[in-house]
Amino acid sequence: MSPAEENAIRSSARTGWLLSTPALVILFIAAAGPLIIVVIYSFLTPGQHGNVVWDFSTDGWVGVLWSKDIFTGEWALADAHLAIFWRSLWLSFLTTAFTFLVGFPMAWFIATRPAKERALWLFLITIPFWTNLLIRTYAINEVLRKEGLMNTVLMGLGITDTPIEVLYTQTAIFIGMTYVYLPLMVLPLFAAIDRFDMKLLEAGYDLYASRMQVLRRVILPIVKPGIIAGSILVFVPSLGAYVTPRVLGGGKQMMIGNFIELQFLQGKNWPLGAALSMLLLMIVMVALLVYVRYANKGASHG
Amino acid sequence: MAERGFQVARLPGFAITAIVVLVALYLPIFTLVAYSFNASTSLAVWGGFSLDWYAKAWDNQQVKDATIRSLIIASFAAVISTTVATMAALGTTRRRAFKGQTFIYVMINQPLMVPEIVTAVALMIVFGLIKVWLTSIGMGGLTTGLGYLILAHSAFCIPFAYLPIRARLEGMDLTLETAAADLYATPWQTFRRVTLPLLAPGMIAGAMLAFVISLDDVVITEFVKSGGQDTLPTYMLGQMRRQLTPEINAVSTMLLGLTVVLLTAFFLLTRKKT
Repeated sequence: MSPAEENAIRSSARTGWLLSTPALVILFIAAAGPLIIVVIYSFLTPGQHGNVVWDFSTDGWVGVLWSKDIFTGEWALADAHLAIFWRSLWLSFLTTAFTFLVGFPMAWFIATRPAKERALWLFLITIPFWTNLLIRTYAINEVLRKEGLMNTVLMGLGITDTPIEVLYTQTAIFIGMTYVYLPLMVLPLFAAIDRFDMKLLEAGYDLYASRMQVLRRVILPIVKPGIIAGSILVFVPSLGAYVTPRVLGGGKQMMIGNFIELQFLQGKNWPLGAALSMLLLMIVMVALLVYVRYANKGASHG
Repeated sequence: MAERGFQVARLPGFAITAIVVLVALYLPIFTLVAYSFNASTSLAVWGGFSLDWYAKAWDNQQVKDATIRSLIIASFAAVISTTVATMAALGTTRRRAFKGQTFIYVMINQPLMVPEIVTAVALMIVFGLIKVWLTSIGMGGLTTGLGYLILAHSAFCIPFAYLPIRARLEGMDLTLETAAADLYATPWQTFRRVTLPLLAPGMIAGAMLAFVISLDDVVITEFVKSGGQDTLPTYMLGQMRRQLTPEINAVSTMLLGLTVVLLTAFFLLTRKKT
């Protein structure tokens, strides 16, 4: 390589960095940088009225699983915290599983439509995806409430005499999260199925496979990357959900997101809140790393 | 269907599931919109068609203030994020891969990966520290104002503005710019007269996405705003704790209408020419 070429490459890289700098500065001030302060805060001592005192302490992290008895000062396993973690994981898992169960047939159906129809279907799925999450959650709230659409229909059909009270239960949160995150499952599944070669189906059937066998042995293995992408895209925001459990769980059915808010706004235990935030972030990062590793592996094999 | 014979791509029950799910996706939204036109104060009983709730929302000073605040923040956030995202897209595409490019990608996409609640508490802490520091150096006047919200929104809008711009850049024909350079255009002239006009649809699309994303944000705004700085979504969230009237439905419907208009425009702009 001639010195002139080397110079050109170096100056191209410099221009690349220079042009990216304004975006990086904004992102550092208002997105990535503040996360470092959260790590520091998780190792401090809570102040009297919220905020922190600058004394090193690991109580924030210990408090994630244990709570201190206010009289004896002894640490005991905090059942309430465990219940919240379990609820978050379980509801996120259920949401992921259920969105896949209904999202897969839908993605398959869209991918096998004629091109023109397909664009319309995709548009119809995308509109709710970009619609305000709060509005969609509120819409579910209206459907589920005591005198809402669901109970009106159920009572009108004579299925039940008394309204079913679903609102402010875990079921309501599950329904709400399934509703708001469904497009996040359908879109990557669609992308994977869209690339699927339908001739493989013919081959499967020619070799006397049943529909179930074709689904399990031919379709699912090939669209697996789409399934993983969709699952991560649903699981990650479910785990960090704040609005949906707040509006549909009514404060009693907290998830991690609401628990974090509680530490900052009412609980006055900022270090615990900071530790919980970092814990949530770490779980999300692990999920994303698993996805990246899997995606790369899939790419090198196919 | 039967006369078309055995279709390999058809799986039993899939079509009906797709249609049921689509109905389930839209039914709650339609119900919400329908009840915004309800004459009765109840969210359960239909009392005839009326626009009263829209009139009420229109007369509500809090709603008006929140709407204006939302629009101001979204406009600033869209312009700022699109400007810096355009520069970053120009810096990271159409050139030889350079050291640190992956870092730039990770930074730009970072807001998509971190849970909103985590960013929200992080910003609450940092902006709190900045405000204390500003007061201590006698610049307490800078502790209020929409600047903090605009900064926070600009940051999380960057990836949304960046993606369509980058997609547009990657699909662009380099020969036009080479031609301009051959005709003795300066780099700036080439950029101004050739690159920018070609890039414009991508930038408009990016700005619209950023606008919608900013307009919809609840969590980060809820934690960053100071007293009396409600945006439309945080105002609505606050109202949901109190008694609900169809006024919220009217406000939701208006916000929904704005989103749908912007998204339709976005799709028309980014549609592949066939």
